Amino acid sequence: MKTVIHHSLPGSDDITRTVLPGGITTLARANFNSPSVVIGGYLPCGSLYDTDDKLGLATFTALALLRGSKKRTFQKIFDNLESTGASLSFSAGGHTAGFTGRALAEDLPLLLDILADCLHHPVFPNDQVERLRTQILTGLSIRAQDTAEMASITFDQIVYGSHPYARPDDGWPETIQAITRNDLIDFHHLHYGPRGMVLAIVGAVDPKTMADQVASVLGSWHNRSQPDLPPLPELKSLKKTVVRKVKIPGKSQADLVIGSSGPRRKDPEFMPASLGNSVLGQFGMAGRIGEVVRKKSGLAYYAMSSLNAGIGPGSWDVSAGVNPANVQKARDLIWEEISRFVDKGVTAEELSDSQSNFIGRLPLSLESNAGVVSSLLNMERFDLGLDYYRRYPDLVRAITPENVLAAARKYLHPDKLAIAIAGP
Amino acid sequence: MKKSYSEHLLANGLKVLLKEIHTAPLVSSWLWYRVGSRDEVTGHTGISHWCEHMQFKGTPHFPASILDRAVSRDGGMWNAFTYFDWTTYFETMPTEKIDLGLRLEADRMVNSLFDKKEVTSERTVVISEREGNENEPIFLLGEAVQNAAFRVHPYHHEIIGDPPDLISMNRDDLFSHYRTFYIPNNAVMSVAGDFKTDEMLTHIRELYEQIPAGPTPPRIARPEPAASGEHRLTVEGPGETAYLDISYHAPAANDPDFFPVTVLDSLLAGPSSFNMFGGGGISNKTSRLYRALVEKELAVSVNGGLSATIDPYLYSIVITLHPKHNSDEVLAAFDNEIRRIQDERTPAKEITRAIKQARALFAYGAENITNQAFWLGHAEMFSTYDWFLTYLDNLAKVTPTDLQKAAQKYLCPQNRVVGSYHPTSLKVRV
Repeated sequence: MKTVIHHSLPGSDDITRTVLPGGITTLARANFNSPSVVIGGYLPCGSLYDTDDKLGLATFTALALLRGSKKRTFQKIFDNLESTGASLSFSAGGHTAGFTGRALAEDLPLLLDILADCLHHPVFPNDQVERLRTQILTGLSIRAQDTAEMASITFDQIVYGSHPYARPDDGWPETIQAITRNDLIDFHHLHYGPRGMVLAIVGAVDPKTMADQVASVLGSWHNRSQPDLPPLPELKSLKKTVVRKVKIPGKSQADLVIGSSGPRRKDPEFMPASLGNSVLGQFGMAGRIGEVVRKKSGLAYYAMSSLNAGIGPGSWDVSAGVNPANVQKARDLIWEEISRFVDKGVTAEELSDSQSNFIGRLPLSLESNAGVVSSLLNMERFDLGLDYYRRYPDLVRAITPENVLAAARKYLHPDKLAIAIAGP
Repeated sequence: MKKSYSEHLLANGLKVLLKEIHTAPLVSSWLWYRVGSRDEVTGHTGISHWCEHMQFKGTPHFPASILDRAVSRDGGMWNAFTYFDWTTYFETMPTEKIDLGLRLEADRMVNSLFDKKEVTSERTVVISEREGNENEPIFLLGEAVQNAAFRVHPYHHEIIGDPPDLISMNRDDLFSHYRTFYIPNNAVMSVAGDFKTDEMLTHIRELYEQIPAGPTPPRIARPEPAASGEHRLTVEGPGETAYLDISYHAPAANDPDFFPVTVLDSLLAGPSSFNMFGGGGISNKTSRLYRALVEKELAVSVNGGLSATIDPYLYSIVITLHPKHNSDEVLAAFDNEIRRIQDERTPAKEITRAIKQARALFAYGAENITNQAFWLGHAEMFSTYDWFLTYLDNLAKVTPTDLQKAAQKYLCPQNRVVGSYHPTSLKVRV
């Protein structure tokens, strides 16, 4: 059985990793099971570079890349993509701007050419920038009415306080209004470049051909101005529980998020916290949280926990959507579960269930090209090594209930929680 | 040509479709029942969906906690969906573990408990699910449009059901629904993945063939009369953003007109993917409506949706309005585009382009075994698997004349409902 899993998982013997002279890392893996190809990647151009008064600039810039280049108008870019059934999109997070695309295998050269064209030579046409601004602003008005989104933004504000992670990547209406076309041009000019860019390709093309195609369109890219990200400040932990409510009138349901900061992806506590989180609010129908809030009490259609770990300090939370009359009841139940989790940890049996789930689900999560692209980027972003998924079962099995308890106690403190509620 | 799948009918009427795919050590197994929200009468709306929830509450052999734990331990993915015409349950598991999925589905076809206490706690879960939907303006608008489009046909109510019914239905109602529809002769099983057909079939026979058949459940036959004119309605609710939902009565999946209408959708609002799992979509920025509405800054987004259903359902176009324009202005520009596709012959190359997009979406969907097993059974719920196999060929047969005729027949004002969402907390932003 182990052999079967091993052969379906990506590893150093079937991933071709190359680094171009400018610094672009390419990860390529063949899959000839269907005649398609998926690309994904990132560049160090995220919202952490944004100033407070122009928050959302990184996102705005990433979205504007496809609005026109020196070679292609907006309509030409999308005519080339959509006529072949291909797709390409950009977005931005805190540390990086990301992109994802797919095409029939025969159209990979076209997809990469458009990617390179829009990265190298976007022209940010004025009319397109204004159109995009209205679309972003409309998205922000919809966000302001979304109870789950507003609870999540408020939760981050409590947990991260003065840390830059407290800011929503896509900004606020007034900061989007403050951004000019020149800001987009300058942001692109300064930050977009090959250093730190990673590109993963998986699909029905020979990996050497994939790497050659990338080199031919992106190999000559240079940008000497790319600045390093200033060091992130230390995260100050909460001294007591902080509760904040956002009123959104007229809604039928309230959303709540309860939790605290969490480990970074590269911290040793990541794996035990991840398995602990599974027991707390993921395994099966959302673990213990699902059992108590949904199944036993019938309070919510969704109630679960999440561990969000990245380059800097992460977060660990429980979220649920409940009838406004049941907010306090749900909050109490969640608090009791978090307390029990921190007090007693997990049983050997519970841990074993989640370990088995983590290992058993690998073939499914790595079945599609998109799943493999995501795993390749994960290995690169966090220096996990190209054989990470082959070593993964052993890494998972090595965790003990004591490791989980220690991780839970390090991050979750029932008397120092962030509680965000958005609803009518 | 050798068939890529095999079809079998068990003695009790259970239809089984099997497709070997040896690309990953996975098997995806789906059990489909011919029951959905179209089988519900007033007072019992939402019963099919609630019944689906109750199927996760356990049997004497597989109590809820054991069931859930067993699938999750083995790294499986499982879930269920209720639609207008069908309800389906699936498990995708590592190859050597699929036996568990097959066993639990055989067991819960007959032995689900529908415990009274569980019914009580699930009632509020379903109501909470509905309240979550109600938070979305698009849901509120879509529900109103659907209600207005169907006065007679049971497609008129939302799958999740109406609140008074969710409050009043009881355990016996749910159990009786379960016993009436969850029988092998009302079900189709579709399995795709890493197995040998003869071994899989033998195993399925062992597990399922002894389940007794029941009386074939009747389906409600209340065809919707032709619309007598355009319906317009307004929904008011919280928010700052206005929406339009323009829904036309559309052909059933088995109607030859379904294919030209699919191409119309692709040209007007961009290609839609019918894949349930994986694949992703194609953007629609070169579609006619995007150019006419979004590029002209009358709207910020436009999306089209067509459903493959047994009876005629709706072709819906949902538009998010630009804050500087009102629904009358947007509708006028929209109607110009509709008139253009009705009056002018579409160049054949635009149709060829739509076919290439559909082929690409098919290729993306084929990456994943769960999606392949989904199609194997899904097409059986409104037609046969052959519908899926010949889908691309049928699209390719659509001519400019077919397209124009379909546009004239279906996209006329008297065949539609126009719903407008008016946000009540409007403020000037631009």
